[in-house]
Amino acid sequence: MGKVLQLREALREGMAEEMRRDENVFIMGEEVAEYNGAYKVTKGMLDEFGAKRVIDTPIAELGFAGIGVGAAMNGLRPVIEFMTWNFAVLAFDQIVNNAAKTLSQSAGDFKCPIVFRGPSGSAGQLAQQHSQTFESWLGNTPGLKVISCIDPADAKGLIKSAIRDDDPVCMMESEIMYGYKGEVPEDEYLVPIGVAAVRRTGTDVTIVTFNKMIIEAMKAAEELEGMGISAEVIDLRTIRPLDHKTIVESVRETDRLVVVDESWPLYGVSAEIAYEVQRYAFDYLDAPVVRVNSADTSLPYAPTLVAGYLPNPEKIIEAVRSVTYQNT
Amino acid sequence: MVAESKKKSDTSTKKNSKHKLAYSKEQYLSWYELMFRIRKFEEAALLAYNQQKIRGFLHVYIGQEAIAAGMESALIPGDAIITGYRQHGTAIGRGCTTKECMAELFGKATGVNKGKGGSMHFFSKEHKYFGGNGIVGAQIPIGTGIAFAEKYKGTNNLCVTMFGDGAARQGALHEAFNMGMTWKLPVLYVCENNQYAMGTSVTRTSNVQDIYKLGLAYDMPSEQVDGMRPESVYEAVKKAAVHIRSGKGPYFLEIKTYRYKGHSVSDPGHYRTREELKSYMEKDPVKMVEKVMLDSGEITQEELDNIQTAIKAEIKEAVKFADESPFPAPEELYTDNYSQPDYPFMKD
Ligand SMILES: Cc1ncc(C[n+]2csc(CCOP(=O)(O)OP(=O)(O)O)c2C)c(N)n1
Ligand SMILES: [Mg+2]
Repeated sequence: MGKVLQLREALREGMAEEMRRDENVFIMGEEVAEYNGAYKVTKGMLDEFGAKRVIDTPIAELGFAGIGVGAAMNGLRPVIEFMTWNFAVLAFDQIVNNAAKTLSQSAGDFKCPIVFRGPSGSAGQLAQQHSQTFESWLGNTPGLKVISCIDPADAKGLIKSAIRDDDPVCMMESEIMYGYKGEVPEDEYLVPIGVAAVRRTGTDVTIVTFNKMIIEAMKAAEELEGMGISAEVIDLRTIRPLDHKTIVESVRETDRLVVVDESWPLYGVSAEIAYEVQRYAFDYLDAPVVRVNSADTSLPYAPTLVAGYLPNPEKIIEAVRSVTYQNT
Repeated sequence: MVAESKKKSDTSTKKNSKHKLAYSKEQYLSWYELMFRIRKFEEAALLAYNQQKIRGFLHVYIGQEAIAAGMESALIPGDAIITGYRQHGTAIGRGCTTKECMAELFGKATGVNKGKGGSMHFFSKEHKYFGGNGIVGAQIPIGTGIAFAEKYKGTNNLCVTMFGDGAARQGALHEAFNMGMTWKLPVLYVCENNQYAMGTSVTRTSNVQDIYKLGLAYDMPSEQVDGMRPESVYEAVKKAAVHIRSGKGPYFLEIKTYRYKGHSVSDPGHYRTREELKSYMEKDPVKMVEKVMLDSGEITQEELDNIQTAIKAEIKEAVKFADESPFPAPEELYTDNYSQPDYPFMKD
């Protein structure tokens, strides 16, 4: 039996459980303590854990990410919240040059068990600088693990695994999905990093996606059902390491693949999945892999342009019709 | 310290005593006009947001109008300005029209940036206004670079580089201050210290709460300024500009102000007390300058009424214009991403 939680509550429960379990876990970021979080993910945590472990920072992403890396190297388990991943770009030096490389450059001497987390992706009319996805950027970096998931139960299990992980983990959430509700088990559980979830089984086409695009993909799958096309929908949950087994096995059954990815198309997660599938399911494919991404542009403010930019069920259905040769 | 002594006499103004205006009548009227225009623009924007005509983030300038007014009157036409996302007032101060600014907030093709930027990103090359920047603190080195280009080209212009108290805690400030001073760049750094960065009081972000002191570590002339009065801002900027134009390098002004509304429309502002807000409301820059003008006897209520009526009509017109303008055509998604017009964007 479970309970219904919002994504923000599930993440909070996951972090709080780990903080109760291990006193070396602390959370740090802008507005996480007294303001209860810019998006209220950390609501009430200051009250429970105190100012030693729930720490408001100045606006200084590079600095507090680096302080997190140092603390992790010296035995603590920091959770670093970025208000959004757009602002974490200032901290990429610490994430990519330091957290990701600590183990390698110390030849295994120093671990860097740190979680960097925050929302990624578009959230309405927030324009160019506040709408980007970072899964592809970070997924390209050896030494990092990358999670991107909006299902409340899975996000809770994954954040717990991330905090216990001995390697640096980047957790990508979603600003507009923090209120998204789902059933979460009562008892304690972990969700392993690196394993995808099949959200819907189907026989005619596989749709692979992650983060909030799962919502668009599920809507498309429902409509496709009405059109007589049975779509299997896979939620990656983890971007790095990629669960290619689940993807390849599904495509070997359906023989067709559409990848839906809010990231830009070039050199992205969708490109990697298309590679995996042509490499390991080539003989099964009945059609070229088709991907549905955000437009290969910066995202402007006007509502008409936001609508044109993002993947949606219509675009996904069109892609499915093309791989099933139902285009007129 | 001209501004300081003026300030004392202003605050001690009694009902009947007449205080001569410290600057020309025209100067006061132009300050007032700009401040009132910004105030009414922002109020109209908040209303339109409630009607869902404006979406996304909306950070208004209400309470900080005296800074835009005082600053603009002390600059010369070739000077540049760059700031953060709380920038409608700055852009209007530069000369962007309320029509094109309102249309931008509405996301319309007639906006100052064709509806592509929205509330955080107004830009205008015509007015040497470099935006409108959404990443906190990023404009500090960029403004330094704009000043670098002025020096490189041998002009007499400077770049006003504006940022908030929250932004002052970014490391980039130190890198920019250091290079700006080392290379004697013509940059005026302006920290609009409205005491809060979202829900975080400036007192919680550093051991050093007088932000102007950050300049002193680089031997940069640095001062604190009353930002609720256009007179004090004008004096401070004028003095700093003389210093900068003489080739001596940057100057830093920490301008103390207050934002009357929440950080953005979604922020209820529970982190500050009602008393605190009230005490600042009593120093409302628009009301204060009104009082200075009327107390002088040199400006009549009727003159102010005329300005108010004209501006209210202007803002009404701006909202109507924004409302009736078309959204950008869907193809506009693919324009302005590269200078090369035929850049092969991936369209599927
Ligand atoms: C690098 C970066 N970090 C965080 C944010 C989110 N953010 C937007 S405004 C803001 C507060 C900035 O406060 P301040 O500089 O004082 O400016 P004010 O809003 O008071 O004008 C924060 C944290 C951001 N936009 N960019
Ligand atoms: Mg501030």
